[in-house]
This record gives sequence, structure tokens and C-alpha cells, in this order.
Amino acid sequence: MTTGAVTPQRSPFTPERDSFWHLVHAEWTKFRTVRGWVIAAGVTILAITAFAFPFCDISAGCAVSSGASGTASAGACPVQPTGPGGEPVVDAFYFLHRPLTGNGTITVQLTSLTGQVAIGPGGNGQSQMGSGLQPWSKAGIIIKEDTSQGSAYAAMMATGSNGVRMQWDYVNDRPGLPGSVSASAPRWLRLVRDGDTITGYDSAGGTHWTPVDTVTLPGLTATVQAGIFTAAPTNGNAATTTGVFQHIGLSWPGGGWTATNVGGTGPNGVGQPGTFSQSAGELTMTGGSGDIAPLTGSAGGVSVQRALLGTFFGLIPLIVVAAMFITGEYRRGLIRVSLTAAPRRGRLLAAKAVVIAAVGFVAGVVAATLALAVGTPVLARTDLAVWPVSLLTQARMIAGTGALLALAGVLAMAIAIIVRRSAPAITTAIVVIFIPYLLTVGVGPQGGGPGRGGGGGWALRATPVAAMAVQQALPKFYQVATAYPVIGGYYPLAPWAGLAVECAWAAAALALAFFLLRRRDA
Amino acid sequence: MSLAVRAFPPLHPASRALRAAAAALKAEWTKFRTVAEPFWLLAGVVALTVAIGAVAGSAARCSSASCGLDPATVSFTGIYPAQAVAAVAGVLAVGNEYSTGMIKLSLTAMPRRLTWLFAKAAVVTAPVLAASALAVAGAALTGWLILPGHGFTPAHGYPSLTTGTDLRAAVGTALYLTLIALLSLGAAAAVRNSAAAIGVVLGALYLFPITAAVVSNPAIARHLDQIGPLPAGLDAQATTGISTLPLTPWQGLGVVALWTVAALLLGALALKFRDA
Repeated sequence: MTTGAVTPQRSPFTPERDSFWHLVHAEWTKFRTVRGWVIAAGVTILAITAFAFPFCDISAGCAVSSGASGTASAGACPVQPTGPGGEPVVDAFYFLHRPLTGNGTITVQLTSLTGQVAIGPGGNGQSQMGSGLQPWSKAGIIIKEDTSQGSAYAAMMATGSNGVRMQWDYVNDRPGLPGSVSASAPRWLRLVRDGDTITGYDSAGGTHWTPVDTVTLPGLTATVQAGIFTAAPTNGNAATTTGVFQHIGLSWPGGGWTATNVGGTGPNGVGQPGTFSQSAGELTMTGGSGDIAPLTGSAGGVSVQRALLGTFFGLIPLIVVAAMFITGEYRRGLIRVSLTAAPRRGRLLAAKAVVIAAVGFVAGVVAATLALAVGTPVLARTDLAVWPVSLLTQARMIAGTGALLALAGVLAMAIAIIVRRSAPAITTAIVVIFIPYLLTVGVGPQGGGPGRGGGGGWALRATPVAAMAVQQALPKFYQVATAYPVIGGYYPLAPWAGLAVECAWAAAALALAFFLLRRRDA
Repeated sequence: MSLAVRAFPPLHPASRALRAAAAALKAEWTKFRTVAEPFWLLAGVVALTVAIGAVAGSAARCSSASCGLDPATVSFTGIYPAQAVAAVAGVLAVGNEYSTGMIKLSLTAMPRRLTWLFAKAAVVTAPVLAASALAVAGAALTGWLILPGHGFTPAHGYPSLTTGTDLRAAVGTALYLTLIALLSLGAAAAVRNSAAAIGVVLGALYLFPITAAVVSNPAIARHLDQIGPLPAGLDAQATTGISTLPLTPWQGLGVVALWTVAALLLGALALKFRDA
């Protein structure tokens, strides 16, 4: 018997076995071979897609009886005007105009801008009026394709408290001279038309002119209507705006003014017809309750974003699966096998996070794509004022929904590692995501949450649900004084900023999970 | 030599069932009180209700007579997360039996399955009700101390916080928490998996009000507020604007009770007709 050096048995250690992707593959195999988990991932997709149907198909309440609200009106829906970009608009103002064929210039001096707003209920169902201006009450000059609602335009105007502005085609706004209008500080405004290009100028004294912007109105007809206007945004209450104009200069010969209440006095028109009077080189005109602006915020207008409401429904099965992906290991003792096979615990955690994030992302992308595809035609059949949403924005909404679900999955998974029990982990994840939103929107018809009328406060800035901002389809228009409520789909943070907040939560939870996973015995 | 066998007189079937129920109750109570988890969960219910109520009360400001805030709703804001903890307690009471395999032992010892479920529910009810009462009393006391300093004064239309309406709100809220725990217990018996059960329960609780808030059609929103367990149940804690609620406070609690009965019924059916 000889005693010699014995070479110990070594397993042939191949580089692939030590690779991270090998670990990811192992975790993916664990995931896909549990039937219940795959079904739950399918339920996530199904829940999001299914809710694209009912919640797009909500009537504005005209033409169909609106049920319990008691205001069932059988009247047909008024035709919703849309602007050149296809967006629903408010186009109701008092317009004194003359036809302009070809190029021309219109110049005015605005010496006064005053207004009346409703300050309380008065007699005969009318409001009691007191003097006052809305921030975006406006008077000025406008070149508009014709007097129909929604036609292309460019305008120079003075506003209640936002100085001189140039606005065109409803959604665009540029600031000019700041300050308010008075007899001692009049504002000179000028619009120059050259083909389909219009340049706006303003001036304090009428001698030195500053160009505000030059805009192109594609396909502007040869003959347009040019003139002066007033508009009184209402923000829910009756209002009028009165402008006093002097030195009205037109570069082309024209007859007298034609007065038009654009939109008429119907449901989408002005609240009350305008009036004007002329004396000694001064023209005073008063227009009532209307605006030239996008239909946005709580004033109206919806988008295909509604089709993604099911995201909340899809989050729940995903959170359940993400937590069970971890707690299942602890419950059955599989975690010891997993950590024996992959002793570097951080890598195991990373592999699990990659798998669950991939599942969440793919489920979110598939579900959001289906929901938008289903929701677009459903929404088009309703009587709602529907905003078009560009393909680029829709791509952001789809990818963002995927990222939102992926991060929620990682967050739930990390919480599951921290608490190691399924029910408490799932509850923690759901409470952290859902309760801030629920407290923001409030419960019940009078649930006075800050999300009913306004921006939503801290909850949608600082908690994981801030990521819902990534689904916001419509911009807020600062030039429209209306509420942008959370329940209307407007969020306080920018899309990617909201997602970053959720990402920070997931990262923090993952860091704590990593720390605990390394420190504790499995 | 004869062996004297002591003969027991045969018991009446009803009496036997009663004895079985008493034995099951005793066994389940022993299980409940000898595990630390339920105690911590119920302590969590109390702590969350009081703490969140204090935060919400500190943040609430009522500057005019028509500020539209309900002092009871503000004080009981902690119910939103606390009911999730109560739901966990309910789910785990049954879910733990399934996840540990204990259920086989339990049903061997107590073959009357419905009696076992009844004993489980009864054993969960009493401590949850006690914890809920403590939580609600703590939150009400916190609100009573904080809110008058934040504008909830008689001048703004809030006479005091000890009227019969406030008592009803407090009792209703405590009953609501208990019903949610029982609903969760029934759901866990029906799906037999803690994780799936808690997902279903929290979905049923939170998705109705979120959907109702976002839906623009007021009729649909009102119906969602009537059938959802959370919005219906929270009608029970309102003390202002009761005439505008979708349901009266007790009707709201009735809706929650219907959900609870349905869940327990489903749980009983699953227990009765499926192998454990």
C-alpha cells in the first residue's frame, strides 16, 4: 500500500456555469414551469386589456339618457369643433372682421381691457356680475381662415394678467410684452400676413415694433377673415371681456365690420352675444363667455389614455407573482438549494430581479399595446371629445407601462425578500402602491381627495404610483385656466420623472433586500 | 370474573355537535393565542389606524364653514392601510393551515369541516373586534385632541365629536374592520393559498374606489361606490353630508356583510367539497 498525493475530485468547472446569464436562465426556468405564475402573468395582460373596453365607452351624457343623475336630456350632442391638429377645441368669441384676400397687415392700439365675472347668484337664474378679469381674458387682433369653429388662426392679444401674447392654432402660445393694458400704458398689436405665414408684432408706443413670432398656418386659403376680437374664458362661471381699440389700421381697402359670435350662442358657442360701439376713433367691443383654446383639463376632452385604466387591475396579479417568486423559495426551503448553487447572493438576487422585471415589462408592453389598439376604435364611437395621441406618445405610454409593471414587480420581489412571507409582502407592496393613489383621489362621490380637482399633491410626486405619469397622453396647457385633475389623467410629474420615482423606490427596496439577504441565514 | 365496562349514555346528536363545536373553538383558540404573528398583526392594525389618523388630522385644515371635510373620515384615515393588515390576519388564519400542511391534521382531529371553519371564524372575530375597537377608540381620541385646533370648531359647523353620529361612525368603522378580516378568512378558505387570497381581497377592496373615481359617468361611479366593499363600508364612518352618500351608513355596512357572507359561503363550499 502506497501513500501518495491524492488528487481530490473536482467538478469540471466551465466558464458558462459561472455566468450570470446561466443564473438568469435557471430563474426563468423556475418561473415558467410554475403553471399558476404563468397564468397570473396572463391575467395581468388580460386585466389591462379587458378594461380598455368599458372605460372607453362612456358617454358624455347627451343624446343618451344619463341615468340616475336626473338630468337626462334627449338633445343631440352638439358638434364638437376640432382644430387643425384634430384636437378638440373651444372656439367661441366675439369677432369683428373683414375679408382679406392675399397679403395684408392689421394694426391696432388697445387702450383698455376690462371685464365682468360672476361673483354670485343673481335673480332670474342669471349670475350677479362684478368687474374683474380672468388671467387669460383676451382682446386683440386675429387672422382666421373663416368664421367656422376650429379653423386655423393666428392672433395677437392682450390678456388679463399674462401680458401680450401671440397665439395660433389653439395650442400654441408665445409671450410678448409683459404688464397690463391701460390708457396710460396702451399696447400696440400688429399681424402681417404673407401667404400662409403670419408674423405678430407688439409695441408699447407704436413706433418701435418687436416681432413676437412668425408662424405658418399650412394651407391657409387666399381669402381669410381679419379683424378684432374679445374672448372671456369662463372657468365655469359667466364672464365678459371688453376691449377698447384705437388707431385701427388695415393695409387693404375694406367695407364695414361684420360682427360674428363665432360658434353662435349654442352649447359650444358663446355664453351671451357680444356688442360693439364706435365713437370718435374709438371702438369698444364686449364679448361674453367663450375662449379660443384647446378643450382640456376638467373642461373636457379625453384621450386613449383611458384605455390603460386596467393597469391598476393588472398590477395586483403581477405583485402576487413577484412576491411568490421569492416566498415560494422560503416556504419550501428551495432557497437553500438556490443559494448552494449560486453562493453569491447578490447575483441570485439580480437574476431574480431580471426575470421578474422582464416578465413585468413584456406583460405591460403586450397589454398596453392591446389596450390602446382596442381602446382607440371604442373611444372613437363615443360622443366624447377625443384628443388624437401621436404614435410617438403612444409608444412612450406602451414602453412606460411595461417599465411601470417591471419596477412594481421588482419592488414587490424586494419586499418579499425583506419580509419572507407571501401575504405580508403582497400586502405591503399593494398598500405602498395603491393607498397613496386612493387617498389622492378619495373614496365616494364626495371623497375630497386632492386628485379630484387638482394636481394631486405629495402622493403622486413621492410614492411609487408617481409612475402613472408615464401614461399621461395629454399635455397641460398653462394658457388655459382650468383644473388638471389626477382623475382626468393629469399627473404632477413629467412622464419619465414619475417613472424615476418608482425606480428609486424599487432600487431602495432592492438595496435593503440585498443587505438582508447577505446578512441573514437563509 | 366479569369485567366492568363503564358505559357512557349515548349523546343526543345536537349535543354532540355542540360539544364538537366547543372543542373546536378551544383548539382553535389555543392555536391562535400560542402564535405571536396574530398578536403583531392586530397590534399593527391599532398602530396604523392611530398613527395615520394622527398624521391626517395634523394635515387637515378647516378654514371655513363649508370646508367639506368630515372629521370622522379624517380621524379614521388610517383605516385605508389598517384594513389590509386586518385582511392579512384573516387570510393567514386559514392560509397558514394550508401552507404548513396543518390542515390535514386539523381536519383529522375535527372531521366536521364546517364546524372547524366556524370555530376559525369565531376565534378570529373576537380578537379582531377587540383590536378594531381599540384602534378606532385611539383614532377617535387622537382626532378629538387634534382636530378642534385645526378649524373643526363649532363655528365651522362641527359641534363636538361625541354625538350619537360620531359614536355610530366609530362603531361602524370597528365592525367594518372585523367584517374585512372575516371576508379575508372566507376568501383564503375558498382559494386555499395565502398569496392568491390576499391579492383577491385587496383587489376587491381597492379597485372599486379607484375605478369609481376615474370613471366620468356619475351613474356608473355611484353604482361602483355602492357595490364595492370599501366605499360601501366607509359610508358607515361618515358624519357629514350623509344625505348625499350612495348608501346610508348601515346599508353600506350591510353590503360589506353580504361580501363577507359570500366569501365565507364560498370558503365553506370549497372546504366541504374539495380534498384538503
